[in-house]
Amino acid sequence: MERTTLDLWVGMFVVAGLGALVLLAFKVGNLSTYNVSDTYQLQAYFTNIGGLKPQASIKSAGVLVGRVTGVTLDTERYEAKVTMSIDSRYKFPKDTFANILTSGLLGEQYIGLVPGGDSEVLKGSDVVKQTQSAIVLEDMIGKFLYSKAESGNAK
Amino acid sequence: MSILDNLRGIGARVVNAVWRIGYASRFFLMTLLYSGMSFRRFRLTVREIFFSGVMSLIIILVAGMFVGMVLGLQGYETLKRYGSESALGSLVALSLVRELGPVLAALLFASRAGSAMTAEIGLMKATEQIAAMELMAVNPIARVVAPRFWAGVISMPLLAAMFSAMGVFGGYVVGVVLIGVDEGSFWSQMQGAVDFQHDVLNGVIKSLVFGVAVTVISLFEGYDSPPTAEGVSGATTRTVVQSSLAILMLDFILTAFMFRGD
Repeated sequence: MERTTLDLWVGMFVVAGLGALVLLAFKVGNLSTYNVSDTYQLQAYFTNIGGLKPQASIKSAGVLVGRVTGVTLDTERYEAKVTMSIDSRYKFPKDTFANILTSGLLGEQYIGLVPGGDSEVLKGSDVVKQTQSAIVLEDMIGKFLYSKAESGNAK
Repeated sequence: MSILDNLRGIGARVVNAVWRIGYASRFFLMTLLYSGMSFRRFRLTVREIFFSGVMSLIIILVAGMFVGMVLGLQGYETLKRYGSESALGSLVALSLVRELGPVLAALLFASRAGSAMTAEIGLMKATEQIAAMELMAVNPIARVVAPRFWAGVISMPLLAAMFSAMGVFGGYVVGVVLIGVDEGSFWSQMQGAVDFQHDVLNGVIKSLVFGVAVTVISLFEGYDSPPTAEGVSGATTRTVVQSSLAILMLDFILTAFMFRGD
């Protein structure tokens, strides 16, 4: 069995096709930003998560430190239980705040971690105690109208 | 009397269609069953990859480039109204990787390579080469059909990936180089929006399914065509029509399964 020019063409075709796939994975897709390094899991309970979804980013001081891996409803507390997977390079103090924030006016929701001053750090499967729920626009408008009405009555 | 004839005609057509579906299913199973030779003598499959894959390369690359450029232009015009031109990258990449890449590459593949396969096999049948093979105790499905099937299944995802990559490049040329969208936000928004598993891999799965559908339809139409010049030309037309319809219908079904919910 000897090599033919046809083999060369087919080889070039296959290499180019696989190259296009790799390009799609790394240049177009987010495979390069997936941290292959170790992660540890944290849990947090929120009374309202708004539009937070799995795969949402977790940021601290604007830097991506992890991703949301699961959102479930805890039927004992009737609160949303959010599982976060954090890059193990980053350690956070025990009294860290977890807030659900929105990027821009209509952007996606993400979790912002604001570290406290505790000397002990959170370890795997710990629970972040202090949380702040998502700001729901309807609630805010309701509160605003209510306070307007009250101040109107006082006069 | 003529009403009865019409009714008979409709009935015969329905029976014939069901008959063909059954025959096509058996044909597909036989192709899978006799695939051994296409891998033991891989040279046969490589030859067919050359004819259906490599020869379709130019049309796929040029079409991908232009589709990407049109997406860049149209997307920019629409996004500009909302002041979010920076999302152009994610718009171009998502529409290419999820839908346009696999679907348009498959449509082009059906009309470029699928019709050629049908005509080739139909003509082999018309000139009694298939019957000659059977006389020589060579299984025509193992020798002629299966290598073409696997060549199509292997080529299709590679062609779709090249189509998408070329389209992203076309969108980049129009959006960033010609119009002047910020290059950094073009790529970073794209990488933020396109998920490898959810978007890229699902696109590859789609193109694999399309590859199977297009090649099975083309090979079956060729194998089943009446052995006349008219029969072969009719089979070639049916290949293009049926593969295009199959691609679009399968695309809807696959999309409904892959991207429903969140």
